Amino acid sequence: MSKIIEGLYYSESHEFVKVEGDFGYVGITDYAQHELGNVVYVDMPEVDDEVEAGEEFGAVESVKAASDLVSPVSGTVVEVNEALEDEPGLINNDAFENWIIKVELSDKSELDNLMDAEAYKAFINE
Amino acid sequence: MSENKFTCLHDKHVAQGALMSPFGGFDMPIQYAGIVEEHNAVRNAVGVFDVSHMGEVHITGPEAQKFVNYIFTNDITKMEVGGIQYGMMLYPDGGTVDDLLVYTMGENDYFLVINAANIDKDVAWINEQATNFDVIVDNQSENYGQIAVQGPEAEKTMMDVLKLDCTDLTFYTFKVVDYNGDKIIVSRTGYTGEDGFEVYASHDTIRDMWDMLMTAGVQPCGLGCRDTLRFEVGLPLYGDELTAEITPIMAGFGFFVKLDKEDFIGKDACAKQKAEGAPKKLVGLELHDKAIPRHGYEVCNENDEPVGYVTTGYRGISVDKSIAVALVDAAYGKLGTPLKVHIRKKYFDATVVKKKFHDKSYKK
Repeated sequence: MSKIIEGLYYSESHEFVKVEGDFGYVGITDYAQHELGNVVYVDMPEVDDEVEAGEEFGAVESVKAASDLVSPVSGTVVEVNEALEDEPGLINNDAFENWIIKVELSDKSELDNLMDAEAYKAFINE
Repeated sequence: MSENKFTCLHDKHVAQGALMSPFGGFDMPIQYAGIVEEHNAVRNAVGVFDVSHMGEVHITGPEAQKFVNYIFTNDITKMEVGGIQYGMMLYPDGGTVDDLLVYTMGENDYFLVINAANIDKDVAWINEQATNFDVIVDNQSENYGQIAVQGPEAEKTMMDVLKLDCTDLTFYTFKVVDYNGDKIIVSRTGYTGEDGFEVYASHDTIRDMWDMLMTAGVQPCGLGCRDTLRFEVGLPLYGDELTAEITPIMAGFGFFVKLDKEDFIGKDACAKQKAEGAPKKLVGLELHDKAIPRHGYEVCNENDEPVGYVTTGYRGISVDKSIAVALVDAAYGKLGTPLKVHIRKKYFDATVVKKKFHDKSYKK
């Protein structure tokens, strides 16, 4: 059973956003890391890059395949999780703890388009 | 779209919780514990694969030797009973129909092991070529199950778990064994770069053997790590490194194309490429970055002009680097040539290296 955390926002492409003030931490869900298997590389944007809701901003790669990362929110990247450069497998250990980018949100109303924990749980059990 | 076929072990894979995915027309296990764990089990200990999807074609008749030697690139006249050769079947232009193993069962008696995805195509091709030969072509693919026991502990596992003494088998030889009334084929072969064995037997026997191996705690392995294992040691996969457009000469497997034997299909084209140089070459690539090259990604020269494509690529498991095999214009095939791989929006620097990234550990 995949872990789902209350209070986060979820996308249909299995990214999550954890909001703190004007910032959002974006990563992939526990369900996504489980589906991918051993994560061996995370292709991340750079600080100051702009991301846009619904647009690809990088990729998470398992041994077998590359999966695009789609940003659930728009804004400016203010931090990337550099620990993932040397240890991409951290995502398999704890996907929610090991967020990928921190974004300064440009439009918080976009969060309304995302699912809450309950809706996401129903979504992955479909 | 037609339904995927099941191997005789399909229900066991599903019951054991393997991740299943279509491959070569079959619904196959891709991974059990995870590709990395299974890969390491085979490199360091032992693992077992269901390879029942592979095709088997039996060729007999007064002209069987002559015929097989005509459709196959290696020279089977050099083989004794109990011997196995690797080689290819080619189109007249040198493109590859399939790569396969030929087992010499007896005089004018050969057992061909072909790729699952190519069974229908190969059988049609073999039958087409057979019209002028006195041979019987018998597609036995649906009657055989097959498992591969691979890794440094494979010999011990065969003995301890399956009670099959394989110490007398040298690399690329086989024997036919009476196993509880079933005539089975056991060979010292594999597709991992490690020591190991492959067993061809009835579905019932294969199912029994699988259960015994599981009970003994042998790691079940999926096709995911089969691909990473074979890739790291430079073994080709049909569809990636060998295709109707890729000749064995381009792929660097000229050793298995015996140009000094009598006529065979594709001989002239291969001889010409060998003499004049093939237009394209399969090379190894090592990336300077951690980004991962994948099948189909474009390979470019230093001016970002496309000169080829990646046939297989991974973040290596036994080799901690991003590595690939790529088909490139021959001018860019020399070791040390700087190239680039186009990954998503960026170009990543790479260097041409040998396409054997990890040494094989065969018991010869």
